[in-house]
Amino acid sequence: MISAQQLSVGFRARRKEHILFDNLDLHLTPGELVCFMGSNGVGKSTLLKTLAGLLPPLAGKVNAHNKDVALVLTDKITATNMTVYDLVSFGRYPYLDWRISLSPSNIEIIEDAIRQVHLESLRNRKLNELSDGQLQLVMIAKALAQQTPVILLDEPTAHLDLNNRVEVMNLLRSLSRKLGKSILVTTHELDLALQTADLIWLATANKKIKTGIPEDLVLDGAFDEVFQFKGFDLKTGKIEHEAHRKKEVQLLGTGYSFLWTKNALERSGYRVVEKAETQITVFGESKTLWELNGSQFESLATLLAAISQE
Amino acid sequence: MGNSSPALKFVGLFLLMILLFWADVGLGSTNIALREIFAELFYKNSTVGEIIWNFRLPKATTCLLAGAALAAGGLLMQTLFRNALAGPDVLGLSSGASLMVGFVLMLGQTSIAFLALVSSNPWSQVIAASLGGVLVFVLIIAIARFVQDNTSLLIIGLMISAATSSMVAMLQFVSKAEDLQTFIIWSMGSVGSTNWQEVKILAFVVLIGIGIAVSQIKPLNALLLGESYARSLGINISSSRLWIVVSTSLLAGSVTAFCGPIAFVGLAVPHLVRLAVPTANHKILLPLAAMAGASMLLLCDVFAHLPNRTQVLPINVITSLIGAPLVIWMIIRNKKVSV
Repeated sequence: MISAQQLSVGFRARRKEHILFDNLDLHLTPGELVCFMGSNGVGKSTLLKTLAGLLPPLAGKVNAHNKDVALVLTDKITATNMTVYDLVSFGRYPYLDWRISLSPSNIEIIEDAIRQVHLESLRNRKLNELSDGQLQLVMIAKALAQQTPVILLDEPTAHLDLNNRVEVMNLLRSLSRKLGKSILVTTHELDLALQTADLIWLATANKKIKTGIPEDLVLDGAFDEVFQFKGFDLKTGKIEHEAHRKKEVQLLGTGYSFLWTKNALERSGYRVVEKAETQITVFGESKTLWELNGSQFESLATLLAAISQE
Repeated sequence: MGNSSPALKFVGLFLLMILLFWADVGLGSTNIALREIFAELFYKNSTVGEIIWNFRLPKATTCLLAGAALAAGGLLMQTLFRNALAGPDVLGLSSGASLMVGFVLMLGQTSIAFLALVSSNPWSQVIAASLGGVLVFVLIIAIARFVQDNTSLLIIGLMISAATSSMVAMLQFVSKAEDLQTFIIWSMGSVGSTNWQEVKILAFVVLIGIGIAVSQIKPLNALLLGESYARSLGINISSSRLWIVVSTSLLAGSVTAFCGPIAFVGLAVPHLVRLAVPTANHKILLPLAAMAGASMLLLCDVFAHLPNRTQVLPINVITSLIGAPLVIWMIIRNKKVSV
């Protein structure tokens, strides 16, 4: 298990201490996925490395054994000829002597880790033949093979497309539940963190960390304070659009097609209100159609073109 | 090199090494048949026996040891620095050796009485080269304690090389023509000037170096992931780095002392091995690199003997001449080279 008391984190340069986090009391609970968020350069990676024992704390202490923590970092691995299996087997290194021979039980642990991230078919693939998303899954498998109660991941979803980001976060959440691990993830993906995390650690301006469940932090405005959103309304989860056309539109309809039509109108600078002179109706079963002033439109693009002519 | 298993390549490379060893003993200004070699090994009183025992065998053994040492040292440096251009000489050891040998050869022989006395000793070149290597080694270790990362160490090694090389150039500039020629010939490398006593010392030091390298196989593998990951896997980076540097220093330093600065083998052979055998495991890479290095240097020495002539080309001329096209061909075939 891992916890920290009165922990101060930072670095020393030219005999001067640069404190990034001061006097923290932290702990991770088994079975919970924690997302650690904060603005760029606030020191998330430094805290992660301090918790993992790679960096010495400036003050206070981290209660964890070396073999308790597995790490997934942002360092790119470029080793020639290294296969998926090779990389995952590094997870057993803390338990091996200088001969690094894998016993049957070690091999079973490695195979199991590869199964957990569903990469059985890529077992003998070389690393340079993998996509960024697959590589991240291999790193997670390596961390699983270490069989630690705690896994710390630094930006595991950076550089991934939406689909891979969701896959990685869902996998981490299910692993934390299924295997009872404490998983801490630093991330910039606010939307993803809000929907997957059991708990959020939010780095605040006064060198502290505010913890809470995602919804509480949204409602009490903690996120707005930290991120200083410019044109994004967290409570509705939407980008704010300026109604620059100064024109009001009344929209009738239901379901997804209604929501996406509203989105298109607002993005194009119209204000969608309860009652207005211009009326648009969304209808249709298998294919969505739009009606404006008695004429029908087959796509939103043609509809928007027609409104702007009015 | 096909899809045959590493074990098969092991055996193949071992047989190739034996074959080249035999060729190196047998071929030269006088060609000796295999049957004759075996006969003379036990009745060493003929002229042919004399040639085999006093010249060919020590020379072939030197090739074997030096090739293995340089290739293993090159592999260690390429992995430690995760740099494809690193070789056993990046730490500056051979430059330090060159500087000391330069002092003895270029200032000693004809100008300064004391050094002339020193250089008349048959061991003077070996001692000077060892001293130079050890001095640079001590300097590197002292600095290594203060620098955090391997890249800084690499740059410091290159800077030491540059500084000592410029001092060597200065010596060359002020030295007399005949001394300069002696030094130039030393710097071209030679595997043929060792006697049995020297071969024994070389073997002893090289075996210690290889032994240390074997003990560092686990950290070497982990270093392929970078220092942070290696540390998170429980590797003690600073002590591993120290032992890897010690091992490379023993390997490269002893070879430079007895054979001069032999170029290319340490840089090229690890790449050839990685291209031929698809593995990142030093448990396999290290012995293969050592055997391949030995084979490479034996091959080069065979080519260094011009057919039916007593003249022998300097080994450095051959290593690059044979090695460079080989590496280029392998890279074109495999498209990519990195550590």
